[in-house]
Amino acid sequence: MNEFKISMPARYIINSILLAAFIVAGLLITQSGLLGRAQNANIISVGIFIILAVSLNLPTGYLGQLPLGHAGFMAIGAYAGAIFWRADLLPQNASIVAGLLVAGLAAAFVGVLIGIPALRLKGDYLAIITLGFGEIIRVIINNFDSITGGARGLHGIPRYSSFVIVYLCVIICCVAIHMLMKSRHGRAILSIRENEIAAESCGINTTYYKVMAFAFSAFFAGVAGALFAGNIGILVPGEFDFMTSINILMIVVLGGMGSMAGAVFAASILTSLPLFMVALNEYRMIIYALMLIIVMLFKPSGLLGTYDFSLSRLLEKLIRRLAGKKGGADNA
Amino acid sequence: MLLVSQLINGLQLGSIYALVALGYTMVYGIIKLLNFAHGDIIMVGGYIALFSLTAGHFHPAVAALLTVGGCTLLAVILEKLTYAPLRFAPRLSLLITAIGISILLQNVAQFFFGAAPRSLPYRELFPVGSVTIGEFSIAYTSLVTIILSVVSMVALTILVQRTKLGKAMRAVSEDTEAAQLMGVNVNNVITFTFAVGAALAGIGALLYGARFPLVTPTIGAMLGLKAFIAAVLGGIGSIPGAMVGGYAVGLLEVLTVFAGLSRWTDGLVFLVLIIVLLVRPTGLMGRKFMEKV
Repeated sequence: MNEFKISMPARYIINSILLAAFIVAGLLITQSGLLGRAQNANIISVGIFIILAVSLNLPTGYLGQLPLGHAGFMAIGAYAGAIFWRADLLPQNASIVAGLLVAGLAAAFVGVLIGIPALRLKGDYLAIITLGFGEIIRVIINNFDSITGGARGLHGIPRYSSFVIVYLCVIICCVAIHMLMKSRHGRAILSIRENEIAAESCGINTTYYKVMAFAFSAFFAGVAGALFAGNIGILVPGEFDFMTSINILMIVVLGGMGSMAGAVFAASILTSLPLFMVALNEYRMIIYALMLIIVMLFKPSGLLGTYDFSLSRLLEKLIRRLAGKKGGADNA
Repeated sequence: MLLVSQLINGLQLGSIYALVALGYTMVYGIIKLLNFAHGDIIMVGGYIALFSLTAGHFHPAVAALLTVGGCTLLAVILEKLTYAPLRFAPRLSLLITAIGISILLQNVAQFFFGAAPRSLPYRELFPVGSVTIGEFSIAYTSLVTIILSVVSMVALTILVQRTKLGKAMRAVSEDTEAAQLMGVNVNNVITFTFAVGAALAGIGALLYGARFPLVTPTIGAMLGLKAFIAAVLGGIGSIPGAMVGGYAVGLLEVLTVFAGLSRWTDGLVFLVLIIVLLVRPTGLMGRKFMEKV
């Protein structure tokens, strides 16, 4: 009876205030000079990897497929964004936003283009075909020297990826995917993961939803790619090979497939690890690989499973417990 | 003239891919696992061959046996330690574990042996020289590679089709539970399949070393990927398919280089794979299966 619920508008307000506070606090910390260059750079790459992991989590965790070409979409976004920024068509702020959009849309377009044929296949075959597309994208970028700089790389990309830009993108990405998953369309996507045949026989257009999830995922991978370009200023096609896709997948798997909190958590930890274990850097990849194997052996659903963090739920629980204690005292 | 020698070149490369592809195909046929670590077992084989020749100064035949034996042992240990406990886990966990093992092997090798390439004294393993037939000549290494791979494949086909163990393997791949009810020791059969695949990979490591005599921690990755494409192209799970796929990928690669498109080789191989998968989703010689509800 005393089920205490926070109303939806209140939830939105609490969450928005906290996010705003997070951005302001982050801005103050990064501007204050409290942190060194390496730490600041790390904060930016954590943000980029959060976007990559959360966006890969959509087709892997929620849709239940295993695409192995995420780095390909990231590459398309990175090059599209970088080329747009280098062209310097608009005033800076407009250029940043437009560049990110161009990057995302280019990647999403290729995602749809690849997704329509690839998603006819399932499971292992889908994994292989996306791997193939990812590699083809890299070979194409490598060979169009005149536009992409080829193997020598694309230089002189404006460094637009500041803390605020990156983390605004992180927030937009997480909120958009969260809202997608809480909508009718999100439930359709989940139903495909649970049982594709049953979903199809309930009238869900499985191909449409698969391509949609794929396109969403590619869009944010593209945005992350552009932020990546704006962070380091130089792009070489070798950055976007099969191992990069695997690294992103590793983050998603360790965090827990189907858990956004898990993806954020794992991306933060795994991306920051090198900073904290400089001494262990030689062993870093060995430790990652062992972690991956051990997690699979003992907790195949990942560290957080499909659990998702909800601040409002936590608050409700707290308030209920406080109210419960009071009630108990009354009874005695 | 040049084309003929390129074709022989392609057959040599294709034979290596086919041998490695057999390992992928057998494991997939039996437990439906894309064994991502298979390529890295070849890399370990390369290092075993390297050190037994340079540091151990073993007789080439002993070195070859050590390589094949070492690969087999490694695969059996990995299977028992990591894949066996996941026998009833979702297939995705198995696949990710295989990816983990692949990364682990590469990085352990890099840690101990460094990233710099080391040259394999392959001339000790294979006779130097060439046979001349009429106008053109074939290097002994090409000849040995092609013959050895054909012999291995024939032996494998006999093993799978004619022996009791082969029958058990086919039974497990058809229906694991029914095979178990019929008294087949499923775990042993699966381990044996891994062992055979790895032994073929060991032979593949020697032959690959003869063609590209540089060993690095990542040689397995690209070779594995190509062989894997060969297996999928031919129809994963099918032994003749792996051979056809291997030769197809080898010839395609050599011919694109011959046509002056060497920078596009990898992309073209993947493109052919994608086209084949879209037209025949289970590969050239793969079995079609109906989905039951």
